Amino acid sequence: MFSLEGITDAIYSWLNSTFNPTIALLIEFAIVVVCVIGLFAVLGLVLVFMERKVSAYMQIRLGPNRVGFKGSMQTMADTLKLVLKEGLVPDGADKFLFNLAPFVVMIVAMLILAPIPFARNFQMWDINIGVLYVTAVSSLSVIGILMAGWSSNNKYSLLGAMRSGAQIVSYELSAGLAVLSIVVLTGSLQLSDIVNSQQDGWWIFKGHIPAIISFVIFIIAVTAETNRAPFDLAEAESELTAGFHTEYSGMRFALFFLAEYVNIFIVCSIGAILFLGGWMPFHIGNWEAFNHVMDFIPSSVWFFGKVFFLIFLIMWFRWTFPRLRIDQLLNLEWKYLLPISMFNLLLMTLMAIMGWYF
Amino acid sequence: MFIVDYIKEVYGAVKSLLTGMNRTGYYFTHHKEIITQEYPDNKDTLVLSERFRGEVVMKHDENNEHACTGCTACELACPNATIKIITKFDVTPEGKKKKAIDTFVYHLELCTMCNLCVEACPTGAITMAQTFEHSVTDRSKLIKKLNQPGSKIREGVE
Repeated sequence: MFSLEGITDAIYSWLNSTFNPTIALLIEFAIVVVCVIGLFAVLGLVLVFMERKVSAYMQIRLGPNRVGFKGSMQTMADTLKLVLKEGLVPDGADKFLFNLAPFVVMIVAMLILAPIPFARNFQMWDINIGVLYVTAVSSLSVIGILMAGWSSNNKYSLLGAMRSGAQIVSYELSAGLAVLSIVVLTGSLQLSDIVNSQQDGWWIFKGHIPAIISFVIFIIAVTAETNRAPFDLAEAESELTAGFHTEYSGMRFALFFLAEYVNIFIVCSIGAILFLGGWMPFHIGNWEAFNHVMDFIPSSVWFFGKVFFLIFLIMWFRWTFPRLRIDQLLNLEWKYLLPISMFNLLLMTLMAIMGWYF
Repeated sequence: MFIVDYIKEVYGAVKSLLTGMNRTGYYFTHHKEIITQEYPDNKDTLVLSERFRGEVVMKHDENNEHACTGCTACELACPNATIKIITKFDVTPEGKKKKAIDTFVYHLELCTMCNLCVEACPTGAITMAQTFEHSVTDRSKLIKKLNQPGSKIREGVE
């Protein structure tokens, strides 16, 4: 049976038997870096294509359908175009910050990838404070966005960046509380522990209604955190042209674009790990035969399936709901999401203490 | 009660959002609803909507006769001087002079397809056609003469 664990084990033992441990470790680092960059490139191509197709079908259109099979090479062609374009730096821009910003956004996205378990025993860095690490690092991306907005020397960019800051600071709270409610149930911040605790059922089923409420709050909050419609005030094509990346062109713009999609992937994989059981197969109680069939599907397929389901959900939001005004956005967070998630966390704690979950 | 209103508001919001998602989800799964026309490929089966306005044309019948009296109502109605009517005087068999059109000049490059000229026409001589492939290599080709050569006004149209 196919498993990523087998591949990594084979590579590890071969490297250690061929080279001395230090060089083997360095080579492993290099392999991991190449894999991460490869994953980013593939994700960028696949998710942009998926977004365009999903949006097209939801708006009763056809979407890209000329380049390659059913338009599947469209994003490749777009990337080629972006690579060939000139990267302009506007006059009066803060050159250093302007050039640094896209890389900050990108590197933050790369950092969050570290503790995510992609499959059974397939994880870069299994730290015992994985959840804390992810929530802490994910709020760093706002620095990159503020940098881009400030250094562009453009009022729209600055406005977009400020909005983005306000938005991320607000929504981080309810996202954090939604994540905490699962941590309360699991009793561990380690992502692999959280996945293992869902062996006999995913938290969204085991945790009854409070888990579903915190799942909904989590999805709303991460949609806002990744600056996507209906919370795309930071970009707001119709108001701010493109917000913080108005002045970017060529490959720097592509990096921002890529970071947006990679961030979606990351928050969706966090959601999948916390609520939908990560790479755990779908099991129903005592149905032995059914459970065995489900076990036969590789764990990586389960993980990516769940993640792409959540990504589809977020795209569905984007192409259905109209954009919120800034006051509505902050109302939603401070008057609705935050009180509800606090109450929900209390309820969850009570459930955890009394053992009212499966 | 505050808390009842609060819960009602949340319920209403969730319900309306789900209604919207139901609609887009329906479109996502029902591809037969797609309205995109793959234009150059489906030139033969292209369906244009009934009220599409492509250009102004003058209707001529089989005897090469039109209904334009040269009253210049369309020229006056046009907001951006797209139409220019050059009149002449025909002599009727009784020896009376009668105003008639010599040339109906239509500047397609200026036309916004607002339909005001068609509505202004008292005799229904002009109408909007559905042709839309107007691109040419020279701007002067867009200045059109709408009355066909040798055409004359239909009997009985005043």
